[in-house]
Amino acid sequence: MILVINVCRERLHYYEFVKPVEDVLSGNNIDFETWHYKQLDERILNRADKIIICGTSLKDNEFLGYYHKFDWLLDCEKPVFGICAGMQIIGMVFGNKINNFKSLFGKKKEIGFYKEKFEKGFLGAKGGQELEVYHLHDNYVKFNSKDFIIFNKGRVPQAIKSKDKEIYGVLFHPEVRQKGMIYHFAYLI
Amino acid sequence: MKVAVLFSGGKDSIYSAWLAKKEGYELACLISFRSENKDSYMFHTPSIDKVEKQAEVMGIPLVIGKTEGVKEEELKDLERVIKKVKEEYEVEGIVTGAIASVYQSSRIQKICDKLDLECFNPLWQKDEVGYLKELVKNKFKIIITGVAAFPLDESWLGREIDDKFISEVVELKKKYKIHPAGEGGEFESFALNCPLFSKELKVVDKKISGEGNAWRMGVEVR
Repeated sequence: MILVINVCRERLHYYEFVKPVEDVLSGNNIDFETWHYKQLDERILNRADKIIICGTSLKDNEFLGYYHKFDWLLDCEKPVFGICAGMQIIGMVFGNKINNFKSLFGKKKEIGFYKEKFEKGFLGAKGGQELEVYHLHDNYVKFNSKDFIIFNKGRVPQAIKSKDKEIYGVLFHPEVRQKGMIYHFAYLI
Repeated sequence: MKVAVLFSGGKDSIYSAWLAKKEGYELACLISFRSENKDSYMFHTPSIDKVEKQAEVMGIPLVIGKTEGVKEEELKDLERVIKKVKEEYEVEGIVTGAIASVYQSSRIQKICDKLDLECFNPLWQKDEVGYLKELVKNKFKIIITGVAAFPLDESWLGREIDDKFISEVVELKKKYKIHPAGEGGEFESFALNCPLFSKELKVVDKKISGEGNAWRMGVEVR
């Protein structure tokens, strides 16, 4: 079973940030359960084979104040895939710092399609491949290269993997245009 | 939370409004645009004059904005109206019916971000056939008021989205790659009834125009 974790503060955002991920799984006959992160307990985590932590809206940063609820990631030996907010949570739990685009680059939030070049193969994307990905974020994480591999070229880590664990993260939203990455994680990892 | 709905009178905006209500949000007002450009990228204009009737049977205030429909310039018109609605109705979020159009959704996201509003897209990335089935299951009475793709023709105007319609558009998807929910502009639709309405609207007159594979049906409803 794949555990899908909803981190949205607003109920209506479930349809936008969680349901599309569920649809990729159900469309490929992959068994899953969805829980809000505030409802998670050991029993639910134990019966999951893999875990996907979904994203949320631009204005919703409530999860940042509750990232310690994800401390179980430190001892987790199961494959985990963090999407946008999920990637930020992974970063924070493993001691990396959240940065704001505007404060660091004087740049507005990233919203819409952007091209990202992958230097190495990542969840079905080939090394050297440039993909059009959907961005919707204000913050990013500066992952330390001692513990994490960064797969894209550019100022901001868009795709990462833990060196020691099967923990993956993307800052963009693969449920838009890059659904194959979710399938790859769910089915092939 | 109080929200405003970007409302065209078609299936997507009304289904989004219903989902918002179902999840406990207060529908403070509807926002519709009268565009002078019938091919606007942002605003779908067919039957927009009839949204007043829909708002009336929903008992929700309607705010109508005007735009010349010039690409990108119309975004300033949209921002101005959303800003006014935020102040007058004290809304904290905007609900849209965007399904797959990043062009539309990213522009509305940017406006909401600038105005410090939540942006809700509850149909985002929705499976198109499953969505049409949900409309039927949840008793949304939706008719087709415009077509613009081969091999669609005048005969599709006025048709209701029902099981037969769904099975036919599934075939059209296989043969011609037509988006069954009309996200590529293949269909325009109008809601005659749904769980948000106090009564069903009846078509009392219609005016059909077009040629080839591009047809529109203006309707009078009561």
